[in-house]
Amino acid sequence: MTSDEGHIGLRHLLSTDGLRREQAEALLDTAASMEQALTGRAVRKLPTLRGRTVVTLFYENSTRTRVSFEVAGKWMSADTINVSASGSSVGKGESLRDTASTLAAAGADAIVVRHPASGAPHRIAGWLDRVGHSHTDGHVAVVNAGDGTHEHPTQALLDAATLRKRLGADLAGRRVAIVGDVLHSRVARSNAHLLATLGAEVTLVAPPTLLPAGVDAWPVAVTHDLDAHLTTGPDAVMMLRVQAERMHGGFFPSAREYAVRFGLNQRRADTLPDHAVVLHPGPAVRGMEIASSVADSARAAIAEQVTAGVHVRMAVLYHLLAGEDSR
Amino acid sequence: MTTLIRNVRPYGEDPTDLYVRDGVLVDHVADPDETVDGDGLIALPGLVDLHAHLREPGGEEAETVATGSAAAALGGYTAVFAMPNTNPTQDSPVVVEHVWRRGREVGLVDVHPVGAVTVGLGGERLAEMGMMAASAAGVRMFSDDGRCVNDPLIMRRALEYARSLDAVVAQHAEDHRLTVGAQAHEGPVAARLGLTGWPATAEESIVARDAMLAAAAGARLHVCHLSTAGSVGVLHWARETLLPGTTATVSAEVTPHHLLLTDTAAEDYDPVHKVNPPLRPEADTLALRRALADGVIDCVATDHAPHPVEAKDCEWPQARPGMLGLQTALSVVTATMVTTGLLDWRGVARVMSEVPAAIAGLSDQGRPLTVGEPANLVLVDPDARWTVRGAELASIADNTPYEGMELPTSVIHTMLRGRWTVRDGKVKEL
Repeated sequence: MTSDEGHIGLRHLLSTDGLRREQAEALLDTAASMEQALTGRAVRKLPTLRGRTVVTLFYENSTRTRVSFEVAGKWMSADTINVSASGSSVGKGESLRDTASTLAAAGADAIVVRHPASGAPHRIAGWLDRVGHSHTDGHVAVVNAGDGTHEHPTQALLDAATLRKRLGADLAGRRVAIVGDVLHSRVARSNAHLLATLGAEVTLVAPPTLLPAGVDAWPVAVTHDLDAHLTTGPDAVMMLRVQAERMHGGFFPSAREYAVRFGLNQRRADTLPDHAVVLHPGPAVRGMEIASSVADSARAAIAEQVTAGVHVRMAVLYHLLAGEDSR
Repeated sequence: MTTLIRNVRPYGEDPTDLYVRDGVLVDHVADPDETVDGDGLIALPGLVDLHAHLREPGGEEAETVATGSAAAALGGYTAVFAMPNTNPTQDSPVVVEHVWRRGREVGLVDVHPVGAVTVGLGGERLAEMGMMAASAAGVRMFSDDGRCVNDPLIMRRALEYARSLDAVVAQHAEDHRLTVGAQAHEGPVAARLGLTGWPATAEESIVARDAMLAAAAGARLHVCHLSTAGSVGVLHWARETLLPGTTATVSAEVTPHHLLLTDTAAEDYDPVHKVNPPLRPEADTLALRRALADGVIDCVATDHAPHPVEAKDCEWPQARPGMLGLQTALSVVTATMVTTGLLDWRGVARVMSEVPAAIAGLSDQGRPLTVGEPANLVLVDPDARWTVRGAELASIADNTPYEGMELPTSVIHTMLRGRWTVRDGKVKEL
């Protein structure tokens, strides 16, 4: 988060760590106005980013994030181009730097990156900032769409947007539990920082094997006991995905034991306060980390999260590419 | 050939004149062939590096014996140990002799190849240690550096076998089971950056285990690039409780970068700061400095590790670990140990020349600056400051973590057995 371009001072969106509260709230407010601007329109198209080019560069498969960014760009009239690692020269061993430079030289105004290496979007932003590009104002904005086990800032923003709709615009003092594989989760990192920045009280719930060493430096509380924590009446419970490869990595004894100790089953969901929201970044492993009946219940906001994702990504692209003056 | 070095301060002490005749320090030369003004300069015995990667054969796009030797001489070194993770591996007499011969041909520094402990660094079968020891290269140090000899049975046998060769086994202490996918020191910084952690215990548990194996075998163990406060504690404990009454010795080195840099350097994800073992938190760097001053850590070794630009100008997890060190080592040691008052120049001579030479069993290096000793020495300007530029270093690669940093102390002249290898900061080829 550097420099002062655009009225909220955002040149790239690489992490929520370091995002200031007023920047985060501006992004969330803009996302809400995007939703309003689109409501009731026969044609869901704003002229905001006409003539701007947004490239999604995905080195990992993802349907929901990629589609969400693409829709966000198209609804603001940007030209969106999708580059995937398997179907381009990146499959032939081109370096990340060369790929990024090529996209910038070809006219990208923003590059939305998903990459299995933590920090890859930081590297791209660093390279492009050093070179500069003359076809624009010399700046190519980089958006982190998930990097390794580091961050996934737009996911955290869409989660916050969803919580604001359910719980009210001020999340200060709201109590949010994040449950599951924090160690490998970029969603957990982004949410922990963003929610803390917005004033919420975050508690991570996980077995010690799925928490990073050094988590005590995060602005969160930590517990290993889901049942005990649920009795404290959290306002929201965010369930993290458990990836298949973790189930055999010795992080916990078995999927069954994980479900018993850390799954959000109906019994646990019934202990939550009436207003409490259940979030899941998807795709969910039903029956393990979350019961189908809970995922499909009224307190689950999983579909709303997806919808909010488009609005939040519109807001991000807007602030990075258009700024307030050209609106 | 005779040389007079006028008015130089040996070990930073009172100025005197040093005389050299035919590669040996002598008490006087009536009519020297050349006279060098040593005014303002400090004379130290030529530095000895137990741990460098010269990359030849197989990695010549990053470094060669010639360029690495030049970097060493410019850094004030007169002897360098070349680690065996070359391609082909230095695990046979023919390869170690090749590297040793290349060193002699270049002639800027004594190049001593380190022999591999196991074939191909594979950790499974002992390499031909005896034949490497008996070769022209006279190998007396063995290491699988870059990899740990993780199997305790193989390590035990390597220590036992090396004992009969009067050789030392230098261990890269890293339990690989604890560092699967590891990218950075396990702690708050790596947790925040989403980089898989390299826990201190992966080093400390191997140091403890190896000290026990060495004590039982009565063998000589050297711990490469010790990097944690916990390892310092293990070393201290081993010397107090394990080694007395045995013939075993346990020595340890620390790198300049572990004395100066910390794990927060990873925050910009620039892999020029990626190294194995990783940079540690400040508390560790301070403990390492103290241990070096106290003698718990015996010496400084560079772990000079050149890499081509493609191996560093990429994503952090894809990057190769390692950083240049030969030309910056003395300056970093000055900044961390001398400027801070932890070591005087006698101490610098001890940890960068005398002790490493003794660990490796070199009889003609790391000797005192007294009459009758070989004229291996370096003259440094302690008051000079210089700015590090990777592109200006002698190595082919430019992966220095000190780019743009201003450091104290410049190497002005280096002499190997009476012949200048560096004059006025410039290499003098054979």
